[in-house]
Amino acid sequence: MTEVDSTRLVYSGDGPDHGDMAVRARRSGVWFYAETVLRGMRAFALPILLYAVAQPVLYLVALGVGLGELVDRGTGPVGGVDYLVFVAPALLVSTVVMSVSAEMTFPVMSGFKWNRLYYGPVASPLEPSQIALGHFTAVMLRFLLQGLVFWLVMLAFGAAPAGWVQSVLVVPIGMLAAAAFGAPLQAYAATLDDGFQFSLIQRFVVMPMFLFSGTFFPLAAMPPYLHWIGWISPVWHGTELARWASYGADLSWGMTALHLTFLLGCTAVGIWFSVRTYTRRLRS
Amino acid sequence: MSATTTGAARGTRRRGIPSLSSLSSGNLGSVLERNMRVIRNQNWVILVSGFFEPVLYLLAMGLGMGALVGSVTGPGGRPVEYAAYIAPALLATSAMNGAIYDSTWNVFFKLRLSKLYQSMLQTSLGPLDVALGEILMALFRGLLYALGFLGVIAVLGLVTSWWALLMVPAAVLIAFGFAALGMGVTSYLTTFQQMDLINFVLLPMFLFSATLYPIGVYPEWIQWLIMGMPLWHGVELMRQLSVGHFDGLTWVHSLYFVGMTVLGLALTTLRLRKLFLR
Amino acid sequence: MPGVISARGLRKTYGDVAAVDGIDFEVEAGESFGLLGPNGAGKSTTMRMIGGTLDRTGGELEVLGMDPGSERPQVRAHLGVVPQQDNLDEELRVRENLVMYGRYFGMSRSVLAAKADELLAFAQLEAKAREKVVNLSGGMKRRLTIARGLVNEPRILLLDEPTTGLDPQARHVLWDRLFRLKETGTTLVVTTHFMDEAEQLCDRLIVVDHGRIMAQGSPGQLIREHSTREVLELRFGSARNAAVVQQLKGVGERNEVLPDRILVYARDGEAALEEVAARGLHPVTSLVRRSSLEDVFLRLTGRSLID
Repeated sequence: MTEVDSTRLVYSGDGPDHGDMAVRARRSGVWFYAETVLRGMRAFALPILLYAVAQPVLYLVALGVGLGELVDRGTGPVGGVDYLVFVAPALLVSTVVMSVSAEMTFPVMSGFKWNRLYYGPVASPLEPSQIALGHFTAVMLRFLLQGLVFWLVMLAFGAAPAGWVQSVLVVPIGMLAAAAFGAPLQAYAATLDDGFQFSLIQRFVVMPMFLFSGTFFPLAAMPPYLHWIGWISPVWHGTELARWASYGADLSWGMTALHLTFLLGCTAVGIWFSVRTYTRRLRS
Repeated sequence: MSATTTGAARGTRRRGIPSLSSLSSGNLGSVLERNMRVIRNQNWVILVSGFFEPVLYLLAMGLGMGALVGSVTGPGGRPVEYAAYIAPALLATSAMNGAIYDSTWNVFFKLRLSKLYQSMLQTSLGPLDVALGEILMALFRGLLYALGFLGVIAVLGLVTSWWALLMVPAAVLIAFGFAALGMGVTSYLTTFQQMDLINFVLLPMFLFSATLYPIGVYPEWIQWLIMGMPLWHGVELMRQLSVGHFDGLTWVHSLYFVGMTVLGLALTTLRLRKLFLR
Repeated sequence: MPGVISARGLRKTYGDVAAVDGIDFEVEAGESFGLLGPNGAGKSTTMRMIGGTLDRTGGELEVLGMDPGSERPQVRAHLGVVPQQDNLDEELRVRENLVMYGRYFGMSRSVLAAKADELLAFAQLEAKAREKVVNLSGGMKRRLTIARGLVNEPRILLLDEPTTGLDPQARHVLWDRLFRLKETGTTLVVTTHFMDEAEQLCDRLIVVDHGRIMAQGSPGQLIREHSTREVLELRFGSARNAAVVQQLKGVGERNEVLPDRILVYARDGEAALEEVAARGLHPVTSLVRRSSLEDVFLRLTGRSLID
C-alpha cells in the first residue's frame, strides 16, 4: 500500500484556488453535471445503442413497408407520397419523445429520492439550476445521437427524398420536440415523492400522444373532436415540421412559426419550472 | 463450515426430477391471499389504467388507419373492417404485455431488490406455490382487462359472433403462457440493462406478428420465422375466435400456448428451487 | 486569529417548529469542533446552513468571512462535505466518483488523475478503484465519501455523523483517517450523537438539544463542570430499581434512575460501592467507570443521547 502524504492531500498547490473553483463552476457547471449524466448512461450503452439502431429499422420495415402495403391497396399515397415516406419522419419524432418520457421520469426521481444523486453535487459549487440544466443537456445529447441514427436509417430506406441537406433538419426538430415534452415533464417529476404517477403518464399522456398526433395518419383522418389532442401535442407540432424537412410537405411560414413557437414555448416554460423546483427542493 | 461438510451435504442432495411435495406445500391459497391484499393496497387508478392501452390503440388505429386502409381479408377469406381486423390482435397483445410486465419487471423487483421470494421460501411454501401464486395474479388482472376490452369492442359493434366470448379464456391462456415463460427467463437476469432487453424482444414481436397487417407482405422465410413466435399464434387464435371460424390451425395455436405454459412453469419452478433452496 | 466559522443567533424554522433556535458559536482555524446531541437536535440543519445548501431563517452566519446564504458557490468551493447519508453516485465507478466530483470544482482532468490516486490511497480503496459503488461495504462507502469531500483540498471539512451505522472495527479505521487529517491542520466540524466519537475527535464541542446550546467546552472541561470523576452503575432488576433508590440517599454526590439501572455520581466509585454494601443492598451487577459526555448530556437534559 502506498504511504499517503497527508499534507499534500490537503494542500498540493496543483489545483485552482478556491475562488477560481467557484468561478469555473459558475461558468461551466452545466457541462460538468451533464458529463456525469452521460457517464451514468454508459452502463446502459448497449440497450441504448441497440434501440437507437434497431428501433428505426423495425418501425420502418413493419409500419412503413408492412402496413404501407395495406395503405397502398386502400387509399393509396398519403399526402402525395408513399406511406413509408409519410410515416418515417413522424416515427422519428414519436420515438424520441417516447424515449424522453423515460429519461425525464425515473432518473429524475433517482436524483431526488432513490439514489439521491443530486445531493452530492449540490454540496459542491454547482447550483441546483445547473444540475437541472445539466441533466436536461445530457438527455438532449443522447437524442442528438438517436436522431442522427434514425435519420441515417431513413436515408438508407430512401425515406427522406428531400435530400440530405434539408432532411438532416429532422434531427434538431426531433430534439426540439423531445425538449418541448421533456422539460415540463422534468419539472413535474421533480415535484414528486414516489414514481407511481409515471405509469399513469405513460398510459394517459405518452401513449395517446403517440397514437393521436398524426403519426400514422393525418389528423384529418380522425373525427374532428379528437383533433385537439394533436394541437396540444409536441409530437404533432414536431411531426409537421419533420415532414416538411424530410419530403417537403406543404408548410406555410405562418404554420412554421406557430409550430416553432409552441415547441420553444413549452421548452422554455418547462426549463423555467424545473430550475425553480430543483432550487426549492435541493435547498430545503 | 468446512469444505468437506459442504461437499457431503451437496452429495446427499437428490438429483433428477424433483417430487411434487418438494416443490409445493399445497398452500397456494396463502400466496394468493397475499397478492390479493397487494392489489387492494395498490392505487386503483393504476389497475384501471391498464385497461385503456388496448382501447386507445383500437380507437386510434381503427378510426384513423381504418380511414386509410379500408377493409382487409379476415379469417376464412372474408373481408372485414380494419378495426374488426386489429381488435382481436390488440387483445392478444395486451394479454402478452400485461403478463410480461407482471412476470418480468414485477418479479425482478421482488427477486433481486425486495427479496420477497427469499422470505416466502423460508416458510413452508414451496417454489411452485410462489411461482403459481405470482402467475395466477397476472392472469387475474389479464382476465379483468379482457372482459373490459370485449365489452368495448361489443359496444363499438365489432363483435359479430357469440364465439367471441371465447376470446376471454383465450386471453387468459395466452397470458398464462407468457407469464410462465417470462418469470422463468427473468430468474436468469440480474441487471436492469438485461431487463431492458426484454422490451427489445417484445417490440418486433408486436410489430411483425400480423397484429396490424397480414404477414403475407413478407417473403416466405420471414413468414415462417414469424409463425414460430408465440404472439402470432395468439393473434391468429383470437382472430379466429372473433368471427367463429375454426380449422385445424385453431388446435395448433391453442396447443402452442399449452406447451409454452407447461415449459414455462417447469423452468420457473426449477429455477426458484435452484436460486433459493440449496 | 479570527474564527473560520462564526454563528450569532442562528435560527432555522419550519413553520412554527424551530429546528435551530438561536445558537452562537465560533470555530477556530485548525481545530476539530463538535456538535453533540441526540437525533433531531438540529445538528444536520446547522451543518447544511454552514454548507450553503440551506437558507437560514434568522441570525448571522459567516464562513471564512463569507455569507453562505448569498455567496453559496464561493463558500462551497472552500468546503468539503460528508453528509449523514452517503450520496455517492452509484451509476459511476469508485474512482470516477472522485474524478467527477473534482470536475464540479472546475479542476482539470490531469490534476484529478493524480489526485484521485492519492485519495484512493488515503481511503485505503486502491484495490477498489474500478469497482461499482454498490459493491462496497458500509465502511468503504463512508471512506470514499470522505475522500470525495477532500478532492478540492477544502479549508474546512464538514462531517455529519461520520460513523453512524458502521461496525466498531470500521469506525476505528475511519477515526484513524480523520486523525491524520486533523494533524494536517484541516479544520473539522463533526456532528455526532456518540459520546465516544465526540471524546475521540473533538478539541471543543457544543452540546445541542432542541435547537439550543446546552453547554460548550472541551470534553474534559464539560465533564469536570457537569459531572463527577467516576460513576457507579447499579442494577437491581428493572422492578426494584425505583424502590431501592430511596435507600441510596447520601451515597455519592447525586444519583439518576434509568429504567434499567441506577447511576451514582461520586468522586470515588469504589468507596460508593462499599457504602452501598454497608447499607445491606446487594445489586445484581455493579460497575465503576469514568464519567463520560453521556453523563454530561443526561445531567443537562435529563435524557439519554441515544433513544
